Amino acid sequence: MARRQLELEIMRYDPEKDKAPWFQSYSVPCEEDWAILDAVNYVKENLDTTLAYRWSCHMMVCGSCGMMINGEPSLTCKTFIRDLPDKVKIEPLENFPIERDLVVVLDDVMEKLRMAQPFIIRKDDPPPPDTEYTQSRAALYKFKQYTMCINCMCCYAACPQYGLDPTFIGPAALAMAHRYNLDSRDQGKSERLDILGQHDGVWDCSFVGACSEVCPKSVDPAAAIQQMKVETAKEYWLQKLPGGRK
Amino acid sequence: MSRQPYIRPMPKATWYLRNGRYKVYMLREVTCLLVGFYSFLMIYGLAALSQDTPQAWNAFLASQQNTFMTIVHAVALLYFLLYQTFAWFELAPKAMPLQLGEKKLPGSVIVIAHYVAWAILSGIIFFATGVI
Amino acid sequence: MAIARKAIVWGLFAAGGTVSSFIFPALILLFLLVSSGHTPIGLEYEPARAFAAGLLGKIALFVVISLSLWHAAHRLRVVFHDFGVRRDQLVAKAVYLVAAVGTLMAAFYLFLIN
Repeated sequence: MARRQLELEIMRYDPEKDKAPWFQSYSVPCEEDWAILDAVNYVKENLDTTLAYRWSCHMMVCGSCGMMINGEPSLTCKTFIRDLPDKVKIEPLENFPIERDLVVVLDDVMEKLRMAQPFIIRKDDPPPPDTEYTQSRAALYKFKQYTMCINCMCCYAACPQYGLDPTFIGPAALAMAHRYNLDSRDQGKSERLDILGQHDGVWDCSFVGACSEVCPKSVDPAAAIQQMKVETAKEYWLQKLPGGRK
Repeated sequence: MSRQPYIRPMPKATWYLRNGRYKVYMLREVTCLLVGFYSFLMIYGLAALSQDTPQAWNAFLASQQNTFMTIVHAVALLYFLLYQTFAWFELAPKAMPLQLGEKKLPGSVIVIAHYVAWAILSGIIFFATGVI
Repeated sequence: MAIARKAIVWGLFAAGGTVSSFIFPALILLFLLVSSGHTPIGLEYEPARAFAAGLLGKIALFVVISLSLWHAAHRLRVVFHDFGVRRDQLVAKAVYLVAAVGTLMAAFYLFLIN
């Protein structure tokens, strides 16, 4: 198999030694079918064992390996070197504090995901253990696309509104909330929209659309958010009706 | 091991220069200035129209008849079409997903419906004002 | 906890964006025709006034102008934020005030036309 020599410029940061991040260059001999993750693994195994980064499944389902590759938030296991030039700049995901090297602090988005209340909410008592909710295929397809999120956080890296104001709840959390709002088994839409209709929720989005463009699983969080804006606007007026909700 | 997370600063006034996607977004958003401009131009026209004699209205029409305003209107028309009308239509399916049974309606159907409605509406306006 | 009042402004923004996207190209073309010396006959004083005097004309003009104003106002607020201006409450008050004044002016002049 043909080989290609790639020049990787990787951002480094050691919190105990460095005042600010800096770039280190590595020359990596690559097989032509490699993903850029393979090149980073080569660096770790053969050139510099001190490099810190996250990865796991190598097949676009775990969401661990999100990084900036030549300025674009991507999964390193999904970005193939055949689609990259010979010089590749690898940085940690944008808009997140850097823990060390390519590892970012994700505490904020973990909290945001919780705020979306990502579970079925029922107003009635739970059904007896041996009964089931029935859901047609049509009802499933209504929200299926939004279940595909692997929490890689590339959308937060792409979102300039999150960058300008990190109190914004963000694309993945909102797409997750929308997934449950659309689920026919769920009865918690009003409750979620009450939270997401606050100032740092749905209204901070200005529909840049970058989140959907970089999403490796085609979740389309931008569409979810616009639909939630419509629902929240409707809900606002419905709550004002006498004898209406709440 | 002590933690000292590093926060990369975001240049608040120039972040959109970072890539093409952000630049297009900013070009799209500043069409609001055109919307505001033509709204106030219409109010100015209504003020002229509300006079009982045609002088004010004719003066309003005459105020548009110079090379500078012609260029303004021509550029505004092109910019508005590209960065507002077409952009708005292309994004419309995202806010209104339609599902018939198990099949999702393709977004292109909604986009084409917008263009058709736009053509019909523009036709009505041109017919009513005697352009066609 | 309740939904923020931003829901109202966003609704106006969305309606205004839809209305202006559909109507403004034809409108700007009309201005271009006037500007280049080809004023359409429907824009002479008598027919224009007759249109604005009718109920349909009044409603159409008011809806187009006021929704477009609110759309432009809210979007301008976001543009200021995107350019790094941090005084959001101040900007919001200013732009919505201008939209409100414009809406009142449109209503006032339309009311005068009989």
